[in-house]
Amino acid sequence: MDIINAIVAFVNFVVVPATAYGAQLALGALGATLVYGILRFSNFAQGDTMAFGTMITILMTWWLQSMGVHLGALPTALIAMPVGIAVTAGLLLLTDKFVYRFYRKQRAAPTILVIVSLGVMFVMNGITRLIIGVEEQNFADGERFVMTAGDFKRWTGLSEGLAIKSTQAITVITAIIVVAWLFWFLQKTRTGKSMRAFSDNEDLALLSGINPNRVVNVTWIIVAALATIAGVLYGLDKSFKPFTYFQLLLPIFAAAVVGGLGNPLGAIAGGFVVAYSEVFVTYAWKKVIGYLVPEAWAPDNLIQLLSTDYKLAVSFIILIIVLLFMPTGLFKGKSG
Amino acid sequence: MNKRNLILFGLVAILYIGTGYFQSWNLALNILTVGLLSAIMALGVNMQWGYAGLFNTGIMGFAALGGLAVALVSSPPVPAGWAAGGWGILAGLCFGVAVIIAATQIYKRMAKGKLRNVAMLALLIGGFFAFRELFDPSVEAVEVINSATAGNIGGLGLPSLLAWPVGGLLAAVAAWAIGKISLGLRSDYLAIATLGIAEIIIAVLKNEDWLARGVKNMIGLPRPWPVPYEVDLQQSAAFLDWATRYGFEPVGASSIVVKLVYVALFTVVLAIVVWMSEKALNSPWGRMMRSIRDNEVAAAAMGKDVTRRHLQVFVIGSAVVGFAGAMMTSMDGQLTPGTYNPLRFTFLIWVMVIVGGSGNNWGAVLGGLLIGWLWLIVESLGPGVMSVLTYGMSDGWLKAHLVDSAQNMRLLTLGVILLLVLRFSPRGLIPEK
Repeated sequence: MDIINAIVAFVNFVVVPATAYGAQLALGALGATLVYGILRFSNFAQGDTMAFGTMITILMTWWLQSMGVHLGALPTALIAMPVGIAVTAGLLLLTDKFVYRFYRKQRAAPTILVIVSLGVMFVMNGITRLIIGVEEQNFADGERFVMTAGDFKRWTGLSEGLAIKSTQAITVITAIIVVAWLFWFLQKTRTGKSMRAFSDNEDLALLSGINPNRVVNVTWIIVAALATIAGVLYGLDKSFKPFTYFQLLLPIFAAAVVGGLGNPLGAIAGGFVVAYSEVFVTYAWKKVIGYLVPEAWAPDNLIQLLSTDYKLAVSFIILIIVLLFMPTGLFKGKSG
Repeated sequence: MNKRNLILFGLVAILYIGTGYFQSWNLALNILTVGLLSAIMALGVNMQWGYAGLFNTGIMGFAALGGLAVALVSSPPVPAGWAAGGWGILAGLCFGVAVIIAATQIYKRMAKGKLRNVAMLALLIGGFFAFRELFDPSVEAVEVINSATAGNIGGLGLPSLLAWPVGGLLAAVAAWAIGKISLGLRSDYLAIATLGIAEIIIAVLKNEDWLARGVKNMIGLPRPWPVPYEVDLQQSAAFLDWATRYGFEPVGASSIVVKLVYVALFTVVLAIVVWMSEKALNSPWGRMMRSIRDNEVAAAAMGKDVTRRHLQVFVIGSAVVGFAGAMMTSMDGQLTPGTYNPLRFTFLIWVMVIVGGSGNNWGAVLGGLLIGWLWLIVESLGPGVMSVLTYGMSDGWLKAHLVDSAQNMRLLTLGVILLLVLRFSPRGLIPEK
């Protein structure tokens, strides 16, 4: 019985939150890695793109709520999300037209583009803060739990509960749908194939008559969708705060680099590697270990490797390990 | 220094004088001290970006390390705290470093294979737990001692001026470690890694209470020689005499005098840094750096060790930033980790370098003074301007929101300025020669 309790506690406190967080990071990292693959620079505005898309979705959610529109058990934000995606896509396309295109024509060095993306980050950050402010916003509504700890205990008779928040379930389901669609798009459609060709070898792709502007525009639209979805899911699961989204930049880059920059499959794997490591290292293992060892050996401290304040350090250490030992990442991204 | 540059500096001087004339001299001098510090940081970043093309997004972290140096060197000692666990903490840290060194030795010496991986993992995991075993009790012992006012290991009680080079040294060590890992790989990796190290440095400063009291803040750090305290001035008969003779009001005059001394002190440091940077830039070393920046392959073919030179200039630039960070903390008289924010400390400095003119030391100085002024003046004028702009609107939710968010306009403005300069005048106000 104790072993089952230990497993339930482990699933409840480690597997469930880490899976949801990993899915959110994976979507964010997919956006970063697509920009890297197609446009060939690290987009520092990724976190703030997520914040912008989420903000639009929140505003739309509030409006819908005021009109009395609800999705029942599901959060209203899900209906508002397409609007968020559309507005973000519009913003990114405008940014590309007025900012990035000039440098692309010049074939500017990647570092210049990174600095340009820094300027874009400033602007997006400013817009977001100007419109919605710097405060924390909660916009989740509908049912809070798919399964509460109490229900689980009653059904199974175990002393440990297993709770699954509806936002966690929605996160995972949405992420699966989005990723499945993205891979289908990249593998099977003409546009997706031309995107991959462009990423592999720009000159050869141009030579075969692929229209670069089309590839770039489609990329930005997909990036807007991924960023908005990732941001909304993160905001539903935790809460929305512009600065937190800026800070997500580090785990997102860590995830993209672990998987190999420019490699979509790697970005997903990287998102889960980073999320699981973060939760593993910052979780207090006292309870789980307490079930597994005889009572006399039960630990008296928390058995927490690092305090949660250092969760950013986990992404960073993973990043360092990758840079030191396999600069191209797990899935062989663009060379180091 | 040609005529055009002199005019640019003259215009910036007019901005400061205008602020003093129309608002208050106190504010103008305040902004000037910040502008001078920013100019020194911008010089450090200009070495990395302008001379060598290295993209450092961790300026905030290096500045914060400078601040930490002030807390450790110049704050008064806490003998009880140090006695409780100072040596234990030091031993723990030394042990941690030893484990890492041992792990790198295993990596270098042992043959590639499973055995090496297992040995390294075992050493690192075992080492981590042993480190916590050694480190945690001492930390707890230190943090319980008089935690309302101390709870830290205390400083050395040395003069504040000494803390500045120590700040540079701390930043240099951190820069060496991060540069060793991420230089020589693709250029974006340095940007991502420095972004990370800066966040971690701030996290350490916030959470390690034994070090510098964390978010409880270190206050009352001593001022650097020769800056006097206002209270002392107001009680000194000589100063009162002087103030009454020229018709100044003593309280206001004392604060102006203190700021003037800071301005003089910082100007001296800035002048030294500019002089050294100019010498370096116009030496064979500077030419080599620029040739590496412009064509790494050609420079490597000429026998230059690109990665080593990059590491060198990265460490030097970061040390300058750390030095300025220490100056800033000792001027503020307090170390407040909560106030370090990447937009203000990293990206603002970047805007200064780009707008001023990357690759040109005078450009960095001009950018520091100009953008520093803009940043702070918007803070003091922004709400007023916003009130005027929204004057016609009826009172209500939207108006209150706009007036409140005036300070967020700064980010937007700076972003737009950065994008415009990059697009239309990528060489900046004072271009590289």
